[in-house]
Amino acid sequence: MADLLIELFSEEIPARMQARAREDLKTLITNGLVEAGLTYASAGAFSTPRRLTLAVEGLSAQSSPTREERKGPATTAPDAAIEGFLRATGLTKDQLDIRDDKKGQTYFAVITKPGRPAATIIAEVLESTIRSFPWPKSMRWGAGTLRWVRPLHTILCLLSDEAGAEVVPVSVDGIASGNITRGHRFLAPDPFAVTGFDDYAAKLKRAYVVLDSAEREAAIWQGAQNLAFAAGMEAVEDRALLTEVAGLVEWPTPLMGRIDDSFLHLPPEVLQTSMREHQKFFSARNPKTGRIEGFITVANTQPADGGAVILKGNQKVLTARLSDARFFWENDLRVAKAGMGEWLDALDTVTFHNKLGSQRARIDRIAALAREIAGVVGADAEVAEKAARLAKADLRSSMVGEFPELQGVMGRYYALAAGEDEAVANAARDHYSPLGPNDAVPTEPVSAAVALADKIDTLTGFWAIDEKPTGSKDPFALRRAALGVIRLVLGNRVRTNLTTGALRFAADLIGPIENSFADVNDLLSFFHDRLKVFLKDQGIRPDIIEACLAMPNNDDLTLLVKRAEALAAFLKTEDGTNLLQGAKRAANILAQAEAKDGVEYSFGADIKFAETDSERALFAALDTAQAKIAPAMQAEDFAAAMSAMAALRAPIDAFFTDVQVNADSEILRRNRLNLLHRIRALCAGVADFSKLEG
Amino acid sequence: MAVFSSAPRSFQEIILRLQSYWAEQGCAILQPYDMEVGAGTFHPATTLRSLGSKAWAAAYVQPSRRPTDGRYGENPNRLQHYYQYQVIIKPSPPNMQDLYLGSLAAIGIDASLHDIRFVEDDWESPTLGAWGLGWEVWCDGMEVSQFTYFQQVGGHDCKPVSGELTYGLERLAMYVLGAEHVMDMPFNAPDAPIPLTYGDIFRQTEEEYSRHNFDGADTAQLLRHFEDAEAECQRLLDAPPLDPKTGKTIIMAHPAYDQTIKASHLFNLLDARGVISVTERQAYIGRVRALAKKCADAFRLTDAGKDAEVAL
Repeated sequence: MADLLIELFSEEIPARMQARAREDLKTLITNGLVEAGLTYASAGAFSTPRRLTLAVEGLSAQSSPTREERKGPATTAPDAAIEGFLRATGLTKDQLDIRDDKKGQTYFAVITKPGRPAATIIAEVLESTIRSFPWPKSMRWGAGTLRWVRPLHTILCLLSDEAGAEVVPVSVDGIASGNITRGHRFLAPDPFAVTGFDDYAAKLKRAYVVLDSAEREAAIWQGAQNLAFAAGMEAVEDRALLTEVAGLVEWPTPLMGRIDDSFLHLPPEVLQTSMREHQKFFSARNPKTGRIEGFITVANTQPADGGAVILKGNQKVLTARLSDARFFWENDLRVAKAGMGEWLDALDTVTFHNKLGSQRARIDRIAALAREIAGVVGADAEVAEKAARLAKADLRSSMVGEFPELQGVMGRYYALAAGEDEAVANAARDHYSPLGPNDAVPTEPVSAAVALADKIDTLTGFWAIDEKPTGSKDPFALRRAALGVIRLVLGNRVRTNLTTGALRFAADLIGPIENSFADVNDLLSFFHDRLKVFLKDQGIRPDIIEACLAMPNNDDLTLLVKRAEALAAFLKTEDGTNLLQGAKRAANILAQAEAKDGVEYSFGADIKFAETDSERALFAALDTAQAKIAPAMQAEDFAAAMSAMAALRAPIDAFFTDVQVNADSEILRRNRLNLLHRIRALCAGVADFSKLEG
Repeated sequence: MAVFSSAPRSFQEIILRLQSYWAEQGCAILQPYDMEVGAGTFHPATTLRSLGSKAWAAAYVQPSRRPTDGRYGENPNRLQHYYQYQVIIKPSPPNMQDLYLGSLAAIGIDASLHDIRFVEDDWESPTLGAWGLGWEVWCDGMEVSQFTYFQQVGGHDCKPVSGELTYGLERLAMYVLGAEHVMDMPFNAPDAPIPLTYGDIFRQTEEEYSRHNFDGADTAQLLRHFEDAEAECQRLLDAPPLDPKTGKTIIMAHPAYDQTIKASHLFNLLDARGVISVTERQAYIGRVRALAKKCADAFRLTDAGKDAEVAL
């Protein structure tokens, strides 16, 4: 058994690419080794800004020999066929075996390959990995043709066992492998040799390089918390930033500073975003004031002066950046206090989509739509319209121009500055939600109205110009918008018929584009498809939704889901599954009889033709169930309707056990078929059982 | 390498140290291009010379103009006219990063006291049809240079690849000299008989050009000049390569490229005057890029720009 150490040492690898590169290196190399017949016990990949490293343990010293047998053409086959076989196997005619086969004398090729030493295989796999590495973006440098993420300088490739370590010779575009690496760019620039992974990791640490990004992350976070604590503050957690910063440093040294008092009145989101985006600083919050008052920067060095110069420099850059932010904030506030008219006018010149007009036109539609649907979410129509008019004004503010991720957040501040009430301001912030599956659904009525209007306008718009998602392509995030509508409707228990209500209204607002209106029924099926996906995640089978879609008012999503939930719960009970069987059996018998007789048996069964107790009992049970189901359905009490149906299970089972439907007497037969129809009709009043599986 | 025992004391000293450092590394120290450009990259010593297989090494200061950045001399670090220091070496040497770090040491940035980092920043110039991969270099959190390995210029693959460095001189110097406002920065030595600050030299011109860029320039005329430059560039490139007077093949790649530079600057001025809409913007950029590409095509046919004969 041997251990393998590979290090690809380059100029600085973008932080965002490192995690993926570690995985790719591990997968490509280990898969290559295994495909070539080697085995290994474990593998671990590491990265710093300047190196990608892979350590493989317990690697077999050589691959096992292989023997492959291939059947060729008959000896009597034409020459061309035999020559083809020789080409394919790489053998000569006298190397082939001739054996008796079903078809007579046949050529067989036996190809044996001896085991190969691990080093040979590693060299091949490493070279092909380097040449085909899937960097999201790669480049050439100097006069070479090799592509890597940034210039590749050295390749360390070392195979070690009890006897010692040996360099695996590999050469890629003039870069020959060795056992040499380097430490930190400034603190330990001299090259040094290593003998294996443990030696490598230990020497790197002495050379101011922490190899493992998880260890760097832990050190940064620990250091940040300690510094903040010592200053009476708390570091604000930011996982994505932590990962990024760990990808920018080999020897992390957190340093903490205070934000100048003159910036503390800026919204905390602005301080945090500016510091994170521009400078990759962590924020520190003062628990007493609740404000962001400090920052933590992470240097990639061990500064001779303890970091005073570095901190001073960073502080200076921060001051310049926050001066910009303050300038934006103050400018924006001026426009906001004047009612944001300047921004709204400017949105006239911003194209939303060349076929769907400007942002301003879109806002007009959203405002009208929000007004229209305000009632169904319990919002005041005037307030909802106003909120919709202002919700996107911040897109033209300087702050959002600089930090697009602050859209909505700034909108809330500016709406408040304009003297709007909380409901309007919150709608500016919340109307983009829900964005992802974990994003909360707005529940304030005004926010919900604007959020629904925003998404419905987007969907009907793109439906009108026939830009629907196809396969994996969904450039306008329409699936997300539809899911947003679904979650808004369900989360707020909104009762509305979409096709006759909001969708129709929105489609009319957009009007015909190139003579084509949005097809609201098609859009409704898109909602239904998304709903199936959504409910599947909640444990409700798509066929259950399908069974409920056949019922009236299927564009009332809240009603639809209520029905589906009751049906799903019912089908989980034993009565439910048995009833389903009975109902299906009844439907099948009917369908066959109807096909044969060419009539529909829906004339009503008469109890006077009932011959057996089971038959009479079913009549009685259907009467009882019907009396309960109809009012329950009327009251949308699906659970009560289902439980009334459950009572039918025993009589139906008994009927099928005791009674032969296709009796000799045509009168009895027809009456029984008409009785089965009552089962079918009763079930059809609850859901389309034929769509259910099982 | 020259050893500077003390920190530089003025803007011009930083420039002089960079000049002598890169001269010692073997670069030809060129002078600024005599036209209005938006960045040092536009100098034909970079754009055109990064094409073709001939080795090249040059460094120069390039006065650069970004009309929309005018702030009437009031903003501490924003100017419509500023200086870039530009270095281009083809093929990029393996120790390009070390050479660069040497230049920081030469202007007094001590790597043992500062935090110097290479942070991903890919460069793209839509007007030049050019892109490359590299970093912005941070010193204590401040961007002090742009470091790029050119991959494509004027639509042509760069073979070999040039390494390009761009230093924003004012920002870098303000940092090294500890100036809070660009106008307060000493331009020559503070103890010179006539000490001059950056503001003494440029405050008034920043004011004048800010007014010019935002309100003064005649947009109708600028539009005409843009059209003229575009047409002239095309006309020069359309001329047959054979010069009837000398009987030699003379492709007018550089004169045509001058017209591209002109068109680009005129576009920037029009942009600052606010007469170009969002949709038109892309169209103008596309027109300048089309010129840059044609100039690159033409340059590739000249002696300086063609690939060396491959020895068989």
